[in-house]
Amino acid sequence: MANKIPRVSVREQEPHVRATNFEEVCYGYNAEEAQLEASRCLNCKNPRCVAACPVNINIPAFIQKVHEGDFAAASAVIAEDSSLPSICGRVCPQETQCEGSCILGIKGEPVAIGKLERFVGDWSLENECKSCSKAPANGHKVAVIGSGPSGLACASDLAKMGYDVTVFEALHKLGGVLVYGIPEFRLPKEKIVAREIDTLKKLGVKFETDVIVGRTITIDALMDDEGFEAVFIGSGAGLPRFMGIEGENLNGVVSANEFLTRANLMHAYDDEYDTPVYVGKKVVVVGGGNVAMDAVRTAKCLGAESIIVYRRSEAELPARREEVHHAKEEGIEFRMLTNPTRVLGNDKGWVVGVSCVEMELGEPDESGRRSPVEKPGSDFVVDCDVVIMALGTSPNPLLKRTTQGLETNRRGCIVTNEEGATSREGIFAGGDAVTGAATVILAMGAGRKAAKAIDEYIKSK
Amino acid sequence: MFKIVEKRLLAENIYLLRIYAPRVAQSALPGQFVIVRVDEHGERVPLTIADYDITEGTVTIVIQTIGVSTRKLCVLNEGDCIADFAGPLGNPSEFVNMPAEELKSRRYLFVAGGVGTAPVYPQVKWLYEHGVKADVIIGAKTASMLIFTEEMAKVANLYVATDDGSYGFKGLVTAKIKDLIDNEGKQYDECVAIGPMIMMKFVTMTTKEYNLATTVSLNALMVDGTGMCGACRVSVGGKTLFTCVDGPEFDGHQVDFDEAMRRQSMYRAQETNANEHHNHNCNCYGK
Repeated sequence: MANKIPRVSVREQEPHVRATNFEEVCYGYNAEEAQLEASRCLNCKNPRCVAACPVNINIPAFIQKVHEGDFAAASAVIAEDSSLPSICGRVCPQETQCEGSCILGIKGEPVAIGKLERFVGDWSLENECKSCSKAPANGHKVAVIGSGPSGLACASDLAKMGYDVTVFEALHKLGGVLVYGIPEFRLPKEKIVAREIDTLKKLGVKFETDVIVGRTITIDALMDDEGFEAVFIGSGAGLPRFMGIEGENLNGVVSANEFLTRANLMHAYDDEYDTPVYVGKKVVVVGGGNVAMDAVRTAKCLGAESIIVYRRSEAELPARREEVHHAKEEGIEFRMLTNPTRVLGNDKGWVVGVSCVEMELGEPDESGRRSPVEKPGSDFVVDCDVVIMALGTSPNPLLKRTTQGLETNRRGCIVTNEEGATSREGIFAGGDAVTGAATVILAMGAGRKAAKAIDEYIKSK
Repeated sequence: MFKIVEKRLLAENIYLLRIYAPRVAQSALPGQFVIVRVDEHGERVPLTIADYDITEGTVTIVIQTIGVSTRKLCVLNEGDCIADFAGPLGNPSEFVNMPAEELKSRRYLFVAGGVGTAPVYPQVKWLYEHGVKADVIIGAKTASMLIFTEEMAKVANLYVATDDGSYGFKGLVTAKIKDLIDNEGKQYDECVAIGPMIMMKFVTMTTKEYNLATTVSLNALMVDGTGMCGACRVSVGGKTLFTCVDGPEFDGHQVDFDEAMRRQSMYRAQETNANEHHNHNCNCYGK
């Protein structure tokens, strides 16, 4: 085994260049680099990476195929468990999943599983790989609500099984968080997301945009009037959270969802598009997750001095390590153990700063992370003209309110069993609508699980 | 794509567009709004529904040309298509869910200002169809700016107020409210005010004097309109609510109008720039 080779580094745009554009940061491996990196895999008998993958991709098997240069075969291996490899290869937190449990990582650098997955995904998009077979049409109609990761995964599997699938999307563009949330520099929309969706269209999946299920049409009407035998809810996370501190409604305070939607979905950074975005000169982003990193880097790209304010320490940052690393390279300032207590405004109601307090880490809380405690008397002010709140979301109450008998928990998330079945017969759910804000791969896994359950449900009827 | 089946100029810079959108028409109720995007480069613009027709599958919106997006919409003609027309969004007016018995005896005063007259119409019409004839005050700067007066007169007791007295009562809608209550002995259970924020603010101040419950429909800034962005947050009774999912109608006596007006102006500087940019580069106006 050639495991003495160091991890093959991946080519990226120079930090000072990319901080001024929206092109993808990471170029990914070429075939030669991918094959070399693949040669590092030990092909373990008990591959810990597979167990650590939320959808249990047969990682050593696909990497072997990459090593052999049989990329079509590698693609087929991944396709057995994942429908969106180009996307997951880019946005999964590999360091806590597959790569985090790679044996090579104990003494050195783990195999770059994410970059290899991305390579295989992109290769199949380039080569229009038809690795997936499709069963003949079975005439059963299934509706999927939301075209984000869980909805796409569910629709893809059901279409392959022969179902007549229609995906309803509330926004004007398909992809959910993949298009409104994750920035172009991390996940190219036309090159990757649109093409993954095209693959589904080729499978026969129908898409209807501008349909807000619950308002434009109810779930009951879909089932009773339009003949859908089952419905999958993959409606995503929902309403942005705010801190509830003074000054949060000042002009210049926005949610990360709003800021990113303006920039990504509405292309506010492009003069050809009409939607405005307010960036100001100095932006404070509150939060430490991937969404916070996306927002702070987008603000930087749009020309603002940008800083992250996070109440715990760097070790607790929930964002992908690569995003934190990239943000730092791009000149983002990180103020850890800092919590805003008040947003300050001028007499016209515009933000001029954030009053913060220093924190220290106390006892671990229910999440297992040490909970931050205020240091008395440590107040200080950070000057800024924009504050972006990246504090997560709470579920959108729309489907609960308009679907009788759909059970939600006390946080408002839809309640399902292991297989994704809700309290209403024929209605399944998965992704952030069930778990609260989580990752693309978990949502995709839930969508696939639900597809299987929907198939069993319809067959048993 | 959604086709424009009818276009009419109602007053200077105010257009009516009737759009073929059967799914929206099927579900629309008074008080709700739609999100309209004119083309690939357009903004998502929230507009309150002015009328809907289930049999024809159409939804009517009324637009005043104030920014780039509204002007781009209004240069389109019958037969043209707009990229997106999503809805109905927001909660329907409260009376829609009221028991018929309770509703019958309720006395409503609607106060409509400028382009806000359009969304008042489906509410008044719905009440009329359910046996309630409401009083409606339509206010405008001058007679030529009045819209929907004929339609409204068919379904309501109509009062018109113009600032310059060129039609009907001379004065602001707030003066007409006082006139109706003080001089004509009118009594109401609820007032519904829809129009510019500043008008709604003063209407609520006036109705407060009479302890008259008042509902307002807020036209806050929005991006998605489905609850995702939070741009439309508004302080109601000291609580922050989202206009798109909690509204758009709120208890007018609880709304912080000064904050709402300030928040509405958040992108004004950029919009002015965009307008100039658009005027320089656009041939829509037959240069």
